[in-house]
Formats: sequence, structure tokens, C-alpha cells
Amino acid sequence: MPTVATNGRTFFDEVVAATPGDPHLERCLQCGTCGGSCPSGPDMDHTPRALIGMIRAGMREPALRSNTPWFCVSCYYCMVRCPQDIHVTDIMYTLKRMAVKSKLYDDSTAPDFSKTFVNWVENYGRAFELGLMSQHLLRHNPFGVFKIANMGVGMVAKGRISFTPKRIKGIDGLKAILAKAKELEAQDEV
Amino acid sequence: MKYSYFPGCSLERGAAAYPYQQSTEVIARTLDLEFVEVEDWNCCGATEYIALNRMAAYALVARNLAQATKNDGLKEMVAPCSACYLNLSKCDAYLTDDAALAANVNAALAEGGLSYKPGSIKVRHLLDVVVNDVGYERVAMRVTKPLRGLRVAPYYGCLVGRPAFYGQIDDPEYPVTLDKLLKVLGAEVVDYPMKAHCCGGHMTQISEGVAFDLIRRLVKGAADYQADLIVTVCPMCQLNLDAFQGGMNRYFKTNYHVPVLYFTQMMGLAFGYEAVELGIGAELVDARAALARIGVEVPQVEPPAPRKTRRPKEALPMPAMPEEVAK
Repeated sequence: MPTVATNGRTFFDEVVAATPGDPHLERCLQCGTCGGSCPSGPDMDHTPRALIGMIRAGMREPALRSNTPWFCVSCYYCMVRCPQDIHVTDIMYTLKRMAVKSKLYDDSTAPDFSKTFVNWVENYGRAFELGLMSQHLLRHNPFGVFKIANMGVGMVAKGRISFTPKRIKGIDGLKAILAKAKELEAQDEV
Repeated sequence: MKYSYFPGCSLERGAAAYPYQQSTEVIARTLDLEFVEVEDWNCCGATEYIALNRMAAYALVARNLAQATKNDGLKEMVAPCSACYLNLSKCDAYLTDDAALAANVNAALAEGGLSYKPGSIKVRHLLDVVVNDVGYERVAMRVTKPLRGLRVAPYYGCLVGRPAFYGQIDDPEYPVTLDKLLKVLGAEVVDYPMKAHCCGGHMTQISEGVAFDLIRRLVKGAADYQADLIVTVCPMCQLNLDAFQGGMNRYFKTNYHVPVLYFTQMMGLAFGYEAVELGIGAELVDARAALARIGVEVPQVEPPAPRKTRRPKEALPMPAMPEEVAK
């Protein structure tokens, strides 16, 4: 079911354009080294090889709905082992971004985790472990709070959890930078 | 030797990897490494920002590179965290390769009064600096208490060796630099087959089954080779293997106990420093038994002092039941 993207570009072109550098996606031999190297392969809807095949076939929605990019742990084994030097990990990030923008994902756990993390960074300039984990757990796995209670108590006792987020001095500058970057990203896609 | 230094959020005081910072400061002093912290640095975005917005993710990282250029004369920036190292070096590499991306990122940076010329800063991992700039010989000269009798599993994880945006500092499949370093410190290094495999990264927060599976492989691998402890070069790896080892044991009904320490802590011990100076004792999987094998004592972290009774002694006596009075 090849489909053509709204602006006349194919889905393949769209993915390549949204990936930094040259991902060499057109070189894929369908050898499967990527999937065979993937530590979370068994939990994925499609192996990276199959996903690349789907991108080439223009299967936009099934590719963006696939849980595969969200199970990518960014270990880069696929990328260093690919005989064709395809930037598979970067492609996974591109598919995540496209799925979020098109609201095409069935399980919101991973996208929401990214959003919560980014929210802390955008407002403080630094990551804040306690705020991130507690917000994320309360939203997606409230009972998980009890499951990790032991670990949390241990981390507090060992002084490894900070209770106050730190804000960088140049937060206003950072916010201006990020706002401009988002504006440019939106223009880039038109 | 003088470098810019990017600690990253996990190494801040009170954060999960503060012991890594403490031990890094100690070994830097010993090895005459001078680290000048990048002024008002920000988070590198980990693996999260790039999942939402490409341009903002690159601008976020590029702000750090731009801030680093303010440290006059220092072209190299050291990151002890493998994820920060990856993001910073990847950003610089792609800004160099992709002129359109670099132009957009600079347009964004200009809003904050900054700019960055790709290639002006070279990002280095702390392990790379220790083994290549300081070198094994100079490390060996500082060893006063060799870690003789300690079996260690050298654990690199992913990002220090893969995908090597700046060229290889070690083999992506079978790295050896940490093995050699630990041998120089006098430890017995096991040929750990899982040494470059993934700790699961953020998966503990997204799918615990996947995360615990990955953590188990690593912990079991070290236990199978009878390692006394795992030595790591990354805060995320340490957190996953240490703080989630208990949860992993409950999940699989196993009973592994493999402590996880930073390579800088092992260096500090071999240089003759006390465990407390190196932040040892903050791990959740107790390392005391393992370290006792080499005569290192780790003082027990004092439990919080019991709350003082609010009632002062000189206050009027509380009414008591007759039988209590009789006692």
C-alpha cells in the first residue's frame, strides 16, 4: 500500500529529510544484521530491517504506529554493524518524532516519558531525576510507586536523590534558543 | 593538562551519580588533570529531546558547545557521562557534516546571544583522557595500594565505544581500554563477555520487562565469571545495574548480589584514598564484602538520627498508669 505524503514527497524522502546528516537509507540490502543485533528485538512489532522495508514501501501509518522505535535503547549496535553504514538509530529517532507529530502511537508511555523529561529541561535547563520519575510513574504506573519504594528509600538514605531542581542562570536565553529552534523546525517541514 | 569539563546532570551534588563526581575530583588532583567547569551548562537532552524535536535537541546541545568556547584556550571538553559524551560529540559531528542543520542551529543560538562554529570543541570521554592523555604508565606510577585479589568485570556499556562519531577510542564490539586500566591498578580482570552490551538506558521507566531482562544479562554475566564487582564508566549504567538490581531480583526471583562501582573509584582506592573520599558506600548493592577482600573498609552510612523527643526532660511528668509507676 504505497502512499505518497501530502506535499508530494514520498514517505522515504520525508524520513531522510528529517534525519540529521546523511542516513544512507537507500543503501539497505535487507540483510537483517540490525535486527539480529538488537537487544530489544524480541519485544518489537517489527525488526529494524522490516521497518526500513516498510519505509521504502511507503507504509507511512503502519511504520509510524510500530512500537519499534520506542523500544530502541540507543545502543547503536545496529549502526556500527550495518555493512552499508545506515544510521539506523538516527532513523529510529526520526520515526519517533514523526509519530509524535502525527499522534500515531498506541502506547503513550514512552512518548510521555520524553515529554516529561523535556518539560523539566525546558523550564530549568537541567534534568531533575526525582521530579521526572515521580511525575512519570504517577501518570503511567501509580502502583509502580510502591514497587520501587524500597529503591527510593535506599537512594534517599544514600544521599543520591536531590529534592530541589536546579535552574540554570541563562534559562531565559535557553528558552529563546529553543523557541527559535522549534520555529525553524516547523518551517523546515513545510 | 587542562580541559573544559561538562559534569552533566547526574553528577551534580545530591544526584544519583554524585560519587562519580567525588571520585573524579580525587583522581584528577592526583593525575594533575585540571578541569574547568563549563559556565552555566545545561542538560544534554539524554535520549529524550531528540525523540521530540530535532532542531531544539541540537540547539540544546550546541548551547553547551558554545558555552565551552568561552573557556579561553581550552579546545577539549571532558564528559564523564557516556550519554553526555555521545550527545555532545554527535552534535558537533552532525553540525560539521550538515551545513543546513548548522545554519539553523546557529540562528537559534543567536536568540540567546551565542554562536558555535562546528569543530571548535573536541569532546572527550573521561576514560579516553585517563588512558590516552595520562596513559597507563603514569597511572601505574600513582598506584600505592594495588587492588590485588579483587576480581572485577570491566563494563563499558554502549556509548563510550559506539558509534564513535569522532573516530574510535576503543573497539565497538570488544573494547579493552578499561581492562588494561584495571590491570594496571592490580585487579584481576575477568574476560567479561557482556562488557559492551546495553544496560537498558531509560527502559526501566518504560517497560520493566525489557529493562530487567537487559540488567539480568549483565549481572548474571558478571556473577557467572565470579566477578566480585562490576566496574562502570557511565552514570546511567551504574544506576540501572545498582539501583534496579533489587527490582530485577524480585522480578526474576533471583538472588544476585554484584556491586557496581565507577572506574574512578577503583583508581582512587589503588591510589590509596579512603573509600568515603571516593563516595563509596552510596551504592545500593552493598560493596563492603567485596572490598573487604582487598582490606578496604567502608564505614556504614549512619541511619538518620532518631527524632529528638519534643518534651524537654525538665517538663512536668506525664501522667502514668499505676502499674508503670510501680515498676
